[in-house]
Amino acid sequence: MHQDSTNTTGTDAITEVCRLTKRFNSLTALDSLSFKVCRGDILGLLGPNGAGKTTAIHCMLGLVTPTSGSIRIMGLDVARHRRNILARVNFSSAYTALPSNLTVRENLIVFARLYGLKSARDRIDTLLELFEIEETNDRLTGSLSSGQLTRLNLCKAFLNDPEILFLDEPTASLDPDIAAKVRERLQELQRQRGLTMIYTSHNMQEVEQMCDRVIFLATGRIVMQGSPAEIIKQSQSRSLEDLFIAIARNGHLYQTVDNHEDEPCGSE
Amino acid sequence: MWLRISAIVMRFFFLHRRSVARVMEIFFWPVMNLLVWGFVTSYLKELAVPKTVLFLIGAVILWDVLYRSQQGITLAITEEFWVKNIINIFISPISIGEFLAAICVVGLIKSVVTTIVLGFLAFFFYSFNLLSAGPGLVLFLGNLLLFGWAVGLFTMALIFRYGRAAEALIWGVPFLIQPISAVFYPVSVLPAWLQKIAYLLPSTYVFEGMRQVLATGVVDVSILGISFGLNLVYLFLGSLYFSWMLCKVREMGYLSRLHLE
Ligand SMILES: Nc1ncnc2c1ncn2[C@@H]1O[C@H](COP(=O)(O)OP(=O)(O)OP(=O)(O)O)[C@@H](O)[C@H]1O
Ligand SMILES: [Mg+2]
Repeated sequence: MHQDSTNTTGTDAITEVCRLTKRFNSLTALDSLSFKVCRGDILGLLGPNGAGKTTAIHCMLGLVTPTSGSIRIMGLDVARHRRNILARVNFSSAYTALPSNLTVRENLIVFARLYGLKSARDRIDTLLELFEIEETNDRLTGSLSSGQLTRLNLCKAFLNDPEILFLDEPTASLDPDIAAKVRERLQELQRQRGLTMIYTSHNMQEVEQMCDRVIFLATGRIVMQGSPAEIIKQSQSRSLEDLFIAIARNGHLYQTVDNHEDEPCGSE
Repeated sequence: MWLRISAIVMRFFFLHRRSVARVMEIFFWPVMNLLVWGFVTSYLKELAVPKTVLFLIGAVILWDVLYRSQQGITLAITEEFWVKNIINIFISPISIGEFLAAICVVGLIKSVVTTIVLGFLAFFFYSFNLLSAGPGLVLFLGNLLLFGWAVGLFTMALIFRYGRAAEALIWGVPFLIQPISAVFYPVSVLPAWLQKIAYLLPSTYVFEGMRQVLATGVVDVSILGISFGLNLVYLFLGSLYFSWMLCKVREMGYLSRLHLE
């Protein structure tokens, strides 16, 4: 559908974050973060609680204004073209909800319209089926289990057939069976549509399975990045989980990856 | 654009279609208010006080237009916070202008419905004819509606900034305005310094105008013009303040944290 997107810059980087810094008063949540994401990649943002993962995603979505640095998504500057970008991406999080006093379908109708879909009946049916919650169609959103809610959030996130999907702990409240199914669906969609995903998770097995690349954050800095296999090997850990724990406990021992030299950021 | 605006309006339609409590809110309080004041008025009439007591009924009805209009839009925003939906809306491609337009429409619908109901009740119970103001009535109602939106913009901005702590303002702010707007009595009973402030509020002109119509049957278009002018100023300032607050809120990251509070 959006194979013809021409807005991407010369490289196939669909997201470029450049020296992104966010301070909340004296607290530095993000400290000169730079990275790129290629079209079709699944990027995992990892790191201990408070590392800055959610803040980074919210900056990319324009919910939080960076203190300094720039973010380009599909070649467009987030600060200036937020709405153009928002029409082509979507977000789902375990920490947001859809109005509990509307039915599942009503909620999806409202959001379909917000994304410019006038009659979205078929699309909604397809998505509900895809995430296996078609039986909740007429139920009040507030009456769903947290796993069903998570999947409803994902349905909402796919309404506009996004090019980039931001996910903040999308599988946090799913049982292992459903979590596995959701991962399969996401991977299918990624393969079929060349969907790019940027997501956070505390489930390291999931990350190993899903992500082409991961970025480890600790106190707002990148401490390690690469493919899961690469960084496990590099750090001589047994698993991503071991590495995570090592970084969480001794983050200061890991040298901050500074990729500024080899990747000059476009002047903004 | 219309699609996005209609989306938000629909969202409130879906909500009210099912919620008895919310529909009651449009009818119950206004009707109760009208009944109490209506009977006070009937009683005063028996005491052979001049017919000017009819002002009270007019005041109750018109006050509710302002009140519902302000409530309509502030509650709409607060609702999104309550249900943790605000982030979903802010990451959709709706512009803040479209969102405000949509909730103003919601406010408008609520006000219109309430006014019609009260108008009928007042006519049947107290033979008070709201339509006696003629086409000028639209000017009265319109100005109150606009001022309700302007006040709503300020209240919403504060709710964005201060979250839960500011929620009392939703109901508080209108009652700050009420005594100064000379709703139930003429401006002349206010102390001189307060009169000056009263004339800074668009609502004051409307209530003064209403008393004039009821007493003389003449609509003074010029004071309604002043009211309209002031409204434009307040709406402009309100939008400015709201946009500025939204910038601040994005800087402080409150959009992502409000739902946690
Ligand atoms: N609006 C805000 N005001 C003040 N501090 C904030 C705000 N938002 C985030 N922070 C702080 O910034 C840091 C990063 O928070 P963030 O939510 O991004 O972490 P996270 O990596 O998503 O953690 P978790 O794994 O717990 O979700 C934390 O120390 C947090 O307290
Ligand atoms: Mg987080």
